[in-house]
Amino acid sequence: MDDITVLKLKGISKTFHGVRANSDVDFTLKKGEIHALLGENGAGKSTLMNIISGLLQPDKGEIFIHGKRQKIQNPRRAIQLGIGMIHQHFMIVPGFTSLENIILGSEPIKGVTIDFQQARRQIAILSDDCGLSIDPDAVTEDLPVGIQQRVEIFKALYRNAGILILDEPTAVLIPQETDTLFKILRKLVKKNISIIFITHKLQEVMQIADSISVMQQGVIKGVFSPEETDEQALAELMIGREVLLKNDYLPARPGKIVFEVKKLTVMNSRGYEAVSDVSFRVREREIVGIAGVQGNGQAELSESIAGLRKIKSGEITLSGRRMPALNPRKMIENGLAHIPEDRLKHGLVLPFSIADNQILCTYYRRPYVHFFGRNPKAILKNSRKLINRFHIKARGPEEAVQNLSGGNQQKVIISREFSRDSSFLIANQPTRGLDVGSVEYVHKQLIMLRDKGLGVLLISSELDEILSLSDTILVIYRGRVCSIVRKEDATMESIGRIMVRGFE
Amino acid sequence: MITASKAKTDSKDRIFFFLSGILLLSIILYSYWISPLVTVAILTSSLRQSTPLALGALCGLICERSGVMNIGIEGQMLLAAFFGFLVNVWTGSLLLGVISGIAAGMLAGIIFALMTVSMKMDQIICGTIVNLLAAGLTGYFYPTGINATGKLKAYSFPFLSELPLVGPVLFRVSPIVFSTIILVFLVHFLLFFTQWGLRTRAVGEYPRAADTMGINANIVRFYNIIIGGFFAGLAGAFLSLEAVGVFERGMTNGRGFIALAVMIFGKWTPIGAWGAALLFGLALAVQTQLQFDQVLSIPHQFTGMLPYLITIIVLAIFIKRNRPPGSLGVPYEKK
Repeated sequence: MDDITVLKLKGISKTFHGVRANSDVDFTLKKGEIHALLGENGAGKSTLMNIISGLLQPDKGEIFIHGKRQKIQNPRRAIQLGIGMIHQHFMIVPGFTSLENIILGSEPIKGVTIDFQQARRQIAILSDDCGLSIDPDAVTEDLPVGIQQRVEIFKALYRNAGILILDEPTAVLIPQETDTLFKILRKLVKKNISIIFITHKLQEVMQIADSISVMQQGVIKGVFSPEETDEQALAELMIGREVLLKNDYLPARPGKIVFEVKKLTVMNSRGYEAVSDVSFRVREREIVGIAGVQGNGQAELSESIAGLRKIKSGEITLSGRRMPALNPRKMIENGLAHIPEDRLKHGLVLPFSIADNQILCTYYRRPYVHFFGRNPKAILKNSRKLINRFHIKARGPEEAVQNLSGGNQQKVIISREFSRDSSFLIANQPTRGLDVGSVEYVHKQLIMLRDKGLGVLLISSELDEILSLSDTILVIYRGRVCSIVRKEDATMESIGRIMVRGFE
Repeated sequence: MITASKAKTDSKDRIFFFLSGILLLSIILYSYWISPLVTVAILTSSLRQSTPLALGALCGLICERSGVMNIGIEGQMLLAAFFGFLVNVWTGSLLLGVISGIAAGMLAGIIFALMTVSMKMDQIICGTIVNLLAAGLTGYFYPTGINATGKLKAYSFPFLSELPLVGPVLFRVSPIVFSTIILVFLVHFLLFFTQWGLRTRAVGEYPRAADTMGINANIVRFYNIIIGGFFAGLAGAFLSLEAVGVFERGMTNGRGFIALAVMIFGKWTPIGAWGAALLFGLALAVQTQLQFDQVLSIPHQFTGMLPYLITIIVLAIFIKRNRPPGSLGVPYEKK
């Protein structure tokens, strides 16, 4: 590896409304290396990368690219300087083909029209060069996530990016896709492209990075090579305290059946069968995990169970009683707790206060109503109690939920759902987008509930999570349950294979 | 699965449009065989009636494709009709009249853009402001008793205008009607084959993606609204200087809104919108002809309903199946 520095940051500081997001950050990227930037959510990684890619201006500090001091006023300038950013939420225009997505903003022109021939040729050359293939005429939004990400990488390469920044690139990928991505990154590095890899996943850092910078609360805590450190040390540096990386929870002692689904078939919004003939049961003191690549019917399954989606056929039984379809209140009153997949859309009313969000399911009952209206005293009292019990970081019960961090928003949902007297919980992607500290917290809470006697249905596309928490694992593929495995018999590889093709 | 279902509806639509096209063509040919004069009159009239709708729809879709919902087209047209007429009266020049009509439409566009793009006000409210402003201003300053110096005359193309049926309909036409046909195809070409078109569509679907690729979404929206104003202005000038020859209060008569319906029916594509505009134009022409001939012994109010009835039915059938641009109506703000 060359020792040429391509990017150097010196003393970068950035403050938002009095909160230091970056303070005095130094960072060096060498040519042809993969440099991981490790840190929890809110540690300041994204701020730093947005400064490099021209979306934000630093309050203080200098940026050097190839040894020359540069000011990056806007994304256009960053692109000119050879910086390509691959955002966590893909910047793919709906309805556009991959070709259109790639050339957008840097279109080759012939006369007055876009020179599509020329663009096609350039993409073909890039394809050969990097050993990456894509279909330029496919509509990008319809492609699998892994391929969409490849289109994003193409976008950067098409602009001759010498520095690639990947923001949490594996958050949306299954293990096999992650492996493919890593192979691609290795190939790019051989072509002398330098990569900044932002993540909070420790194993990945150890697997792919040539050097690792750990960031905590806006400060770089240290720069290491993977040989001179280990996961435990990195985790402690990143969080600032000791953490449990491995969950060694006590095994479950399942009791009687609390929840049962028989021959359930559900259609998706387009009118196709999304869940086909699914049957399973969940017992007391047991966590049943549903593993699967996103979009294989998990959303429809959990919505139908929660009473939010029409059932085509089949039946759902909760606490021994058959449940009517499309009646969420009835489900809740019968002991259902629900952590929805998209907390911003279905879990919370963002402009409402924490206190109001915590009584969304019980607002119509005493003590939250008295006489003809709300009982603010009881609502606030309840909220203060829950904020303390679940360690929600907020200025008070009246703060709007939209001002909280992702982890604390999830805590608000958890506090609401766990404070009721329920017997069954569906948790759909309960830790998506949360940092290590919050993930650990959510996991502990799930286990605690299980041990308290609840049946838990855990739906997650994070295999690690499914494997470490579930007592029984179902694998869902194209709406069907393809495999039921006990925890002891499950391995990452076998389940990963079933997830992508439906059989071992 | 998604692409398959898309392709299915697309081919269904295509067959539907193809068959209705053949049906319409045979009806026209049959009626031309029966009575050539009336047929030519109806077709010429539908082309004229469709002109302001097609132009209005072009204004609407240039805005909406970049993510701005413009319901102020009605007002832009009215202002253009008014100023075009006034300048024509003052200077005696029809050309200057048309140019100032266009300028008025674009000026109204600038005001609308300042409110919606720069100040990020609610787009529906801004559109309503433009409409109210136009109605108020033109109503108040409306000078009675003055006349324009004539109106734009039809031009006959040599040879081509001698052809049967298509000659008198397509090649003996007034300038704005003819330019509209060209503009429809021009905008279609620009929207789908040029840099401007690609960027406009990207900004309308997902402005943040465009922004990260170095395209300033708000600037794209700003000038698209002004370009849209050009078309609304031309539509206004058509009404006062080519169709009627005089300005009347509220002479746009809801055309700006029908233009929006036409745009949706045409799936936000210029050629589609033009087809829809022709359909409405045909309905208007048939209605006029029915009143004129008095062949049907029903009150004229009922025949007068025809075009609006078609609008309602067509929208009820099609609006559900058409997908508007992704970020339509949402002001773009950087993080």
